Amino acid sequence: MTVSDLKQAYPDSPKPKINWARIDEAEDFANTVKLFRQGKYDEDSFRRYRLQHGAYGTRMTSDYAMVRIKLPAGEIYPNQLEKISQLSEQFSIGNAHFTTRENIQLHWVILEDVSEIFRGLAEVGLTSREACGNSVRNVMCSPLAGVCPNEEFDSTPYALATARFFLRNPLSQNLPRKFKFTFTCCEKHGMVRMVDVGLIPQTRDLNGITQRGFKIFLGGGLGNKSFVGHQLEEFTPEEDLLHTSIAVIRIFDRLGDRKNMARNRMRYLVHEMGWEKFRNLVLKERAIVRATQSVITRLDVDHTPTVIKRLIKISDESGSQNPDGYNRWIKTNTLKQKQSDYNSVFITLEAGDITSSQISALAAIIGEFSSEGLARSGFAQNIALRYVHDDDMTRLYSRLLEVGLAKSGALTMAAPIGCSGTTSCNLALTNSHRLAKEIQRKFLELKLDQDDDLCDSSIKISGCPNACGQHGIATIGFFGGGARIGKEMYPNYQMSIGGRSDEETMLGATCHRIPAKRVIPVILKIIELFKQNKKPDDTLKEWIHRIVNGKEDSAIKSVLDMRKILDPLTIPPTIEEDPDFYNDYGSDSSYHTKTGKGECAA
Amino acid sequence: MSQEKTIRTTTDVDSLRSEIRDKSVRVIDVRREDDYKQSHIPTAVNLPLANLLSDDSPERVLKLVNSMGISDDTSVVVYDDTFGALASRVAWTLEYLGHSDVSLLETTFSKWKSLGLENDNKTPEVQTTNHSIHLKPEILATSNYLETSKDKPSVILIDNRERLNFLEQHIPGAISLPYRTLATSDKILRPKEDMKRLLDNRGITGNAEIITYCGSVGTLSGLAYYALKSVGLPNVKLYVRSFKEWKNLQKPTEKQQDANYWDLSAE
Repeated sequence: MTVSDLKQAYPDSPKPKINWARIDEAEDFANTVKLFRQGKYDEDSFRRYRLQHGAYGTRMTSDYAMVRIKLPAGEIYPNQLEKISQLSEQFSIGNAHFTTRENIQLHWVILEDVSEIFRGLAEVGLTSREACGNSVRNVMCSPLAGVCPNEEFDSTPYALATARFFLRNPLSQNLPRKFKFTFTCCEKHGMVRMVDVGLIPQTRDLNGITQRGFKIFLGGGLGNKSFVGHQLEEFTPEEDLLHTSIAVIRIFDRLGDRKNMARNRMRYLVHEMGWEKFRNLVLKERAIVRATQSVITRLDVDHTPTVIKRLIKISDESGSQNPDGYNRWIKTNTLKQKQSDYNSVFITLEAGDITSSQISALAAIIGEFSSEGLARSGFAQNIALRYVHDDDMTRLYSRLLEVGLAKSGALTMAAPIGCSGTTSCNLALTNSHRLAKEIQRKFLELKLDQDDDLCDSSIKISGCPNACGQHGIATIGFFGGGARIGKEMYPNYQMSIGGRSDEETMLGATCHRIPAKRVIPVILKIIELFKQNKKPDDTLKEWIHRIVNGKEDSAIKSVLDMRKILDPLTIPPTIEEDPDFYNDYGSDSSYHTKTGKGECAA
Repeated sequence: MSQEKTIRTTTDVDSLRSEIRDKSVRVIDVRREDDYKQSHIPTAVNLPLANLLSDDSPERVLKLVNSMGISDDTSVVVYDDTFGALASRVAWTLEYLGHSDVSLLETTFSKWKSLGLENDNKTPEVQTTNHSIHLKPEILATSNYLETSKDKPSVILIDNRERLNFLEQHIPGAISLPYRTLATSDKILRPKEDMKRLLDNRGITGNAEIITYCGSVGTLSGLAYYALKSVGLPNVKLYVRSFKEWKNLQKPTEKQQDANYWDLSAE
């Protein structure tokens, strides 16, 4: 022991309440990798094992893995961020990636180092267990749960309890395919009708007593073929939450397709069986579960109220003016909470990417500014800092600005989603990741984030038809593919319009095929057409909604009309006229599609 | 005791403080002269790395060593403020000259100061010495040596640059062990057991001949040299002119193909 062993980082910040980790899994993983490398473990079993522990394969190589760290209910504490910052510098590429499902991914990790990451995560109570593979994936919760003005009650404790119940539970270790839960706060913030099980908190009055429960949606999901979920029943009381979840998982486990990997998510089962039949099965199964499960099988819902403790602050330094860009940031990145004087602040990242030094800075900022002492990962590759006091907003903005985390447009169309694409994914056909960044830069340059007509619209991009970028629920969505003209190939995107994920959830209508290098001009053209044809109080989202539903009466009445107008923009130039057209973003050599084996269905 | 002393790679804070009190150690501060003049660990002499690198031929190094008052049996401890990388390069140079009793302070000067430990701005009086030369070619890898030996199965070549740089370009056959991997948040090197487990997982074990390299002058890979020594690996060499020379000589390189990994990085 020396003097330098004594100092400890973040001694005062709140510590995670739940330890998701098991340290012995690190050692077991290290040993299994060794056995695999010695040829004592066959390829398929090893892959299943690896995925079950949250290490995904990497594009065109078996030397590297991606580690997907789960943040149940999106919660992340300062000491956890500090550790992830360190791990990303040590074992990854010096940054980390926030996903659309409240995970943090470390890419380009050497397979033999994965166990070291597990060790590091265990020190701060985090795990990547069951972040991949045929298991219950990270249980999500709206980043606004607990602070949303529209919500009936905070669903966070239920999301955490559900995550706890299913993690490492034998019930969900070998499902036909992955299985996803999402809890939300309210209809508006949605995202519950395009997931296996989606839940919205609601209450009802029962003999003068307010009863808590959920609206449960089943069988939705985005992918090569997407479906919108169905509501199970009017009201599912909270004591039925676990029974319903178990019943659904048991039916999927029993009846799900274990052969055809491409069509074995639960949504296909629901689709093939028909909703009514599936629903009846669930209700019957639930009755059996209720009757047969031991009374000790229950959700461990922790109702301890969050401690809201604002650090004592020196108020405004000099009464000076707000810093540059402050008003724009307030408008596009922050929301008033239902708790008076408090705000939720969203940090937008370029397609979810953040450097290790930014993560470390963020850890300190959370401790200083969030009165709940933690952050929440959001639905859009972003981070929410909640319980920031009105009087601290200017200082917070300045702090975020210093570390490059004050980009505006977080809650607007100027924050596109891009999956990892050809930066690391075996299945990707295009660099969707970079495209999302390019669109964001263009939108911010044109200050489109400040346009009220655009703020409730979204852009989402996937690098292949598999929809990790959630293109199906975007106002304007894209998925990548290759196109050919003569002998030359160029990167291309299928564009859909009119998708949404709120109470009117629908999948976007296929509109056109857009070459990668024309995506930005096409989006800007659509905005221009909207401005020409909009009604006074219209938003782009509403206008497109009318078009795809055949209810628009201006010059553009249908998706086909839109398609025709965009036609000229989609015609490929010759390679001599515009060689750049034939390269994907982030590449200066000619484009060709190349894919490896996907592991989503391994 | 003396045998234990010769194999130590790092010196802990408390030991160094007592050795300073006993006047049984020569401390070398390798930071820039200005920084040194402001404050340094008591009794330390200054040898900025840039000064050493301007000519690191054995004859010149011998002069520097003598001017710092280092005899053949002087115990030397080196420190920097750059997570041990610059100190490692200086320590390795002394070792190459034949001075075996040299180690790294376990932490950086900033950390030393943040712990509230003694420091001053006095430049010590130094008695010039007369050190011998017993070069240790077995700890040096040249480009020619590397080229002929790197494909042998018993040789492990380690690239200590950051992962993105490695993916982009590296010496064929190298494995990636970024320098950050070697440290903890407050020590320049992981504890021995920790380091050993990490290296074991990567197959860096036993009697393999291990060669480390980094971007340009052998600092990051110098730290790796000491990391490997700290777990007792017997045969470690530093490719001291590293990847900069390799590229200048237009020797072959390799890259990770078919992936846009750079676009995954945030700016």
